[in-house]
Amino acid sequence: MITRLFGFKGGVKPESHKNESSGTPIQKVPMPTRLVIPLRQSIRSTARCLVEPGQKVLKGEHIGEGEGGLGTSVHASTSGTVVEIAPYPMAHASGLETLSVVIEPDGEDRWIDHTPLDLRTVSREEALAWLRGCGIVGMGGAGFPTHVKLGGGRGIDTLVINGAECEPWITCDDRLMRERAPEVLSGAMILRELIGAKQVLLGIEDNKPEAIAAMQVAASGLGDGIAVVPVPTLYPAGGEKQLIRVLTGVEIPQGKLGTDFGVQCFNVGTAQAVHRAIRFGEPLVSRVVTLTGNVTRPGNYEVLLGTQVEELLELAGPKADTDRYIMGGPMMGTELQSLSVPVIKGTNCVIAASPALFPPPPPELPCIRCGACARACPAELQPFELYWFSRAKNFGKAQEYHLFDCIECGSCAFVCPSRIPLVDYYRFAKGEIWARERELRASDQARERFEFRNFRQEREKEEKAAKLAAKAAETRAKLAESGEAPATTAAAEDPKKALIAAALARAKQQQTAVAPRNTDDLSADVQAEIADIDDRREKLNPQDADKAP
Amino acid sequence: MINSPYIRKPASVQGVMLAVLTALIPAIIVYASQIAAVVLVNLAIATIAALAGEALVLKLRGRPLAPALSDLSAVVTAWLLALCFPPILPWWATVLGVLIAIVVVKHLYGGLGQNPFNPAMVAYCAMIVAFPSLMSQWPGAGQLDFATQLGLVFGGAREIDAIASATALDTIKTGLRTAGATVQSIMSQGGNFGLVSGRGWEWLAPAYALGGLYLLARGIITWHMPAAFLGALAAISAVFWLADPAHYASPLFHLASGGAMLGAFFIVTDPVSGATTPRGKLIFAASVALLAYIIRVFGSFPEGVAFAVLLLNICVPLIDMNTQPRVFGHKGDKAR
Repeated sequence: MITRLFGFKGGVKPESHKNESSGTPIQKVPMPTRLVIPLRQSIRSTARCLVEPGQKVLKGEHIGEGEGGLGTSVHASTSGTVVEIAPYPMAHASGLETLSVVIEPDGEDRWIDHTPLDLRTVSREEALAWLRGCGIVGMGGAGFPTHVKLGGGRGIDTLVINGAECEPWITCDDRLMRERAPEVLSGAMILRELIGAKQVLLGIEDNKPEAIAAMQVAASGLGDGIAVVPVPTLYPAGGEKQLIRVLTGVEIPQGKLGTDFGVQCFNVGTAQAVHRAIRFGEPLVSRVVTLTGNVTRPGNYEVLLGTQVEELLELAGPKADTDRYIMGGPMMGTELQSLSVPVIKGTNCVIAASPALFPPPPPELPCIRCGACARACPAELQPFELYWFSRAKNFGKAQEYHLFDCIECGSCAFVCPSRIPLVDYYRFAKGEIWARERELRASDQARERFEFRNFRQEREKEEKAAKLAAKAAETRAKLAESGEAPATTAAAEDPKKALIAAALARAKQQQTAVAPRNTDDLSADVQAEIADIDDRREKLNPQDADKAP
Repeated sequence: MINSPYIRKPASVQGVMLAVLTALIPAIIVYASQIAAVVLVNLAIATIAALAGEALVLKLRGRPLAPALSDLSAVVTAWLLALCFPPILPWWATVLGVLIAIVVVKHLYGGLGQNPFNPAMVAYCAMIVAFPSLMSQWPGAGQLDFATQLGLVFGGAREIDAIASATALDTIKTGLRTAGATVQSIMSQGGNFGLVSGRGWEWLAPAYALGGLYLLARGIITWHMPAAFLGALAAISAVFWLADPAHYASPLFHLASGGAMLGAFFIVTDPVSGATTPRGKLIFAASVALLAYIIRVFGSFPEGVAFAVLLLNICVPLIDMNTQPRVFGHKGDKAR
């Protein structure tokens, strides 16, 4: 069915380090002492909490209701008691916190009642809602809700299942394909049915021969329209757009989706989770995680979501010279700020790093425009140009040179002979551009608010004036009716006028009172004359007497 | 904090420069054995001058010395200059040329990676303009013994006409001015000429090409520049040669003469001052070759690569801007 593979430009070949963890079967993890389940499990959406502290929950019980278009449900990963609902650090480079449900397991690991969904009896929409309810999101790392991705699936010709797993060190998908190939393929068939794809292409990097063999055996019984395709081992072949390109030749530009081009891509882990959700009604409560790097027992573990990394690491036994931990792969992963962060649906790997395995880069040297980065870039960008523009904060130019087509795969920084942390420059530039856009939006809003306030005040003034005018007219009309208008008005105004006049006079007097008086050093006659005048004035204005200096 | 990627290919600027120096070694061997052994002395003088100049200017600029000196970029510039200059050039002229390259062209523009012009070529052109007679004295292959060569480099009387001669390119150019002379008649007079080009020098060309192939294999340079340069030079010389073989030398002669091979693999490929996009590289290198040919044949200097490179260095921003490759997924976009 597949006649030829396509290539993508660029790419790099870092040492794979897959053998460290790929040899042993997926192991069960002993029940953790507590689970910290973030309510934010799908991209850009935090679920509404459905439980309260002290409440008993069962494995798979609904603890968070997905909200908004991108929301998915969150479930208890085991049976136990909710002990706390509080913000906890999440697995993010920033170390930011997110609202999490803390569960103390009772050790029984008792499931809620769950039933399979019969796809033949339900509509497509019901099936998607079912997946949303089971909390299925992309398990390749991005955590994009699967039902949303499937929802856009009209006119899809090809379903791509991503088993490439191109990042060094990570082997969770490899083990999953080797051990649970039928489940992965069953999930793929369900996904195919839900998007109505004609063919299914399962891309696996050719450095995983066992996984390819296992999947081929499992696929052989499923009839036509499904192919397991070994793809050349070249990072980032597992990037969604790169894999789609390799398998179908379709190039999906930044900002566009596979659905626009009749192709849709899901990770093998997602496919397996879809299988469990539909065939057994099991919500997504655990996943396979690779523990590797500078550890004594590297391997793959079936981990309950919410298990804190520090508890997991005890299983693998980090060596003494471990200096930090990376979640994800060494090309795109993030360094953990805290070991208390929990495993979430997108967590595929935790690597213990040591200075020997991941030496700090030597000092940065000037860019010599050698172009190695451009030859390595899978997005076919000119990374060194983006570097110069980002460095110079020439963000307009950076965007013109397609900064936002950068997938931050790190290939450019990997090959740079000057050891420039190129990706950091792009992250910086993107962050600045976003910040500026936010600022622009904020100032636009402020301007609009200000303009509206002016408009409102103007309008209120006019309304008030109109109201007054109306009232005055009404009064005039009334008075005209009664016929005594002018007299009353004058009478009413008279005391007011008198009051004002008195106040004015007082003010004038005060002014003269504080004015310097040239009454010192005067002759006796003059003084007598002044005294006489003062006397008369006192008699005329008795109220001034007490104020006289 | 160190962000992803946490792993890096063990590539370094030093490694790149070391590869370039390694690639020059076959040519240096041929040069020393075929033409003038004193080139080894010149290489040493130029290297010392480059490192000293770099150290001095780094100190003046208050920059750390070690990273810049150990990246070997100054040594590459020094070696290229020592190979471009006449081997019997007095030592002070070599030092002056190297200092122009390092201090003026490289560091006054901000150091490694910042210079818009190829430092070696600016220095070469400056020296040709400033010292035209010194810069045009070349020893005939194997004509001077080592002691004489050393004497010329380190001072002493220079009896120019007796000891030095023009290059093959220059001989043809001046020779053709006499009425009735043809390329064949000039070349058949022997002396300077070997099989296809200057005696001795014609062996230097394949040695440079060999080094160039090594750089290509190592991925230090891409095929675009050498292919475009040599292709364009061969094409334009073929056109003239086919039209009038008596007055225009053959493409083979042009490819084996002067700075053609050195230029193709080591000069136009300078990443800092050259074009960077694939199409830009083709345009840049081909333009250098065309311009170099025109200067060689019709200009007032016998050798044109250096001037042509500088003229095209000016055009690099324009070339790069207009040859930006199409980005992944932007199939329908108009290429800029």
